[in-house]
Amino acid sequence: MNSIYFNEEHTMLRDQIRRFIEQRVMPVAEPWEEAGSVPREILQEMGELGFLGIRYSAEYGGSEMDALGSVILAEELGRSTFGGFAVTVLVHTDMASPHLDNFGNKAQLDKYMPDIISGKKIVGVAVTEPDVGSDVAAMKTRAVKDGDHYVLNGSKMFITNGVHGDLFFVAAKTDTSVKPSRGITIFAIEKGTPGFTVGRKLDKMGWLSSDTAELVFDNCRVPAENILGEENKGFYSIMRNFQNERMVLGAQSMGEASKALELTMDYVTTRKAFGGVLFDKQVIRQRLASLASQVEAGRQLVYHAAWLDAQGLDCIKEVSMVKAYCGELVNKVMYDCLQFHGGFGYIRESAIERMYRDARIQSIGGGATEVMLEEVSKRMI
Amino acid sequence: MKILVGVKRVIDFNVRVQVKSDGSGVVKDGVKMSMNPFDEIAVEEALRIKEAGNAEEVIVATIGPKACQEQLRTALAMGADRAIHVQTDEEVQPLTGARIFKALADKEQPKIILLGKQAIDDDNNQTAQMLGALSHWPQATFASEVKIEGETATVIREVDAGLETLSVDLPAVISVDLRLNEPRYVKLPDIMKAKRKPLETMSIEDLGVEHVAEVKVLKTVAPAKRQAGIKVDSVAELVTALKEKGLI
Ligand SMILES: Cc1cc2nc3c(=O)[nH]c(=O)nc-3n(C[C@H](O)[C@H](O)[C@H](O)COP(=O)(O)OP(=O)(O)OC[C@H]3O[C@@H](n4cnc5c(N)ncnc54)[C@H](O)[C@@H]3O)c2cc1C
Ligand SMILES: Cc1cc2nc3c(=O)[nH]c(=O)nc-3n(C[C@H](O)[C@H](O)[C@H](O)COP(=O)(O)OP(=O)(O)OC[C@H]3O[C@@H](n4cnc5c(N)ncnc54)[C@H](O)[C@@H]3O)c2cc1C
Repeated sequence: MNSIYFNEEHTMLRDQIRRFIEQRVMPVAEPWEEAGSVPREILQEMGELGFLGIRYSAEYGGSEMDALGSVILAEELGRSTFGGFAVTVLVHTDMASPHLDNFGNKAQLDKYMPDIISGKKIVGVAVTEPDVGSDVAAMKTRAVKDGDHYVLNGSKMFITNGVHGDLFFVAAKTDTSVKPSRGITIFAIEKGTPGFTVGRKLDKMGWLSSDTAELVFDNCRVPAENILGEENKGFYSIMRNFQNERMVLGAQSMGEASKALELTMDYVTTRKAFGGVLFDKQVIRQRLASLASQVEAGRQLVYHAAWLDAQGLDCIKEVSMVKAYCGELVNKVMYDCLQFHGGFGYIRESAIERMYRDARIQSIGGGATEVMLEEVSKRMI
Repeated sequence: MKILVGVKRVIDFNVRVQVKSDGSGVVKDGVKMSMNPFDEIAVEEALRIKEAGNAEEVIVATIGPKACQEQLRTALAMGADRAIHVQTDEEVQPLTGARIFKALADKEQPKIILLGKQAIDDDNNQTAQMLGALSHWPQATFASEVKIEGETATVIREVDAGLETLSVDLPAVISVDLRLNEPRYVKLPDIMKAKRKPLETMSIEDLGVEHVAEVKVLKTVAPAKRQAGIKVDSVAELVTALKEKGLI
């Protein structure tokens, strides 16, 4: 790919991830959808290849690449046609573990980072609650200090990797006497901690190979040393990490959209109808060309946002644009791509049917389109 | 013992190659380029020989423009120890390629030269054989298994009639076939380290080789579209149809 954004290492990384996914994932991932989870061995294999530590310190086995490395991973995962597999990996690498990387102290990093990078421990992030999603500051889960421990009570909703994950970065209210955004703290909590249970596994419309759960904290005692970053500064950590999360979700969406267009091109250039192939119909050609143009624009916006991040520049506006634009676009692309697959697109054995379902969450999860546009609009005046 | 491996930059095997409208070749601008898949297998085999303790150094070499260094970096990331780039912007035909590898062999004194049996761009399938002849080394082509024991290599090769086993004295030229091995995935930390490995650049003239192009390409055309076939009900009908077409 000729691009101003990518160097030789980036290109090699992309080649390796693409080959891994085409050979080790796509031919075997169908049963993962039925099982509702991704086999641990695959995640560990990705760990051995360095795909789970792209950005992290070499001290722990990472490769210290920039944000464009995350974008490459997300795009290529998106191209797998299995959104549930993609998000299982991305929550681990780019939505949950950045909490530790950004705000963990030396002891916490030493303890967890090597296992996260190698895929031995799978991690998740727990912010959303049954009653609170977009309005993060309004969360209700409480953590009350008790000697050198905190006692957590409350529940977290829609938590990716919730059933099978080992370690979670959990946000809870530690101070209710101040402005809601000033009293949140992040805790590292391992599965198996007394008082922490998986409430229920949630059945979803798409992302079927990703396990999603409600997590329940019932007088769960967590040592104070498990606090990530500063006490009561959790809201700002969450907002900072949202940036990376939204960027990779945008990249994943564009990977999904590109792959859907390729699959549809294969279909319409071979499917015979009305004395030719479907692609001979101008309306089909034009629509696919228009979508391809929009996906290219979306992709370049993702790259630009990642590049700004890699330069250490502020990119909240661009990342919010990425999340809003790509999350909607991928749905538009899936709608038309399924349409051009005709009746076959409605049948479970076609990849496009799954991709259509998987795409729906992209305009909601990690920041709904409307919330993202609010962020953009604040930066327009 | 050193192993020298040839690495060629070619259009990626996934790309649908387009012939230029003026027939002067195929479109390469903006097209994804990769290491020739046969060469990737050759690099993999060299690394396995080294990892089994039968070689000390794996050197990869390419001939071509500056951009070919990308493929050398990939080979270094896979695990090769160092790389040689013979830089030229001219088209290199098999005989010149073989002469360049002969000159590199004189310089580096490898015990084994591993090449792909062909490159997927021109599908010539000539360089290894020409190199064997020029260097007066034994050659074992189309290898599907390679075993090194002391000063000999036992090579199983794929031939039309089945498998043939050859024993060749080293130094030797071996060209590899698709089923020899499955190249490894490259680990990201190794990709990051590849940049720090030595890569030496030289010209064809530096090696004392004259660049010649004996074969002139007159025109490149896309293969004709295949016609739809017909179904016949009996052998008799088949024979009649073939006779009608003047094929038997
Ligand atoms: C499959 C899946 C996996 C998830 N994984 C995780 C996870 O691992 N960890 C985690 O913490 N969370 C996770 N989530 C939660 C996800 O991030 C939230 O669903 C998302 O933030 C939206 O919150 P909500 O569902 O509570 O919707 P609400 O906040 O109730 O919003 C509902 C809708 O109202 C609209 N809306 C909301 N606010 C505004 C506004 N200010 N202006 C205009 N319109 C607005 C939007 O259209 C929005 O979709 C996951 C969700 C799903 C479905
Ligand atoms: C759940 C289900 C139940 C069904 N039940 C029945 C049934 O009971 N009996 C029955 O006979 N059939 C049934 N069908 C078949 C259904 O009617 C066909 O799927 C539909 O007619 C489309 O045909 P196709 O799938 O072959 O798509 P194609 O003809 O291959 O068309 C694919 C796409 O190309 C586009 N396209 C096609 N032609 C043109 C054109 N001229 N110009 C521009 N764009 C074009 C459209 O977007 C179309 O969706 C069923 C299908 C499904 C999925």
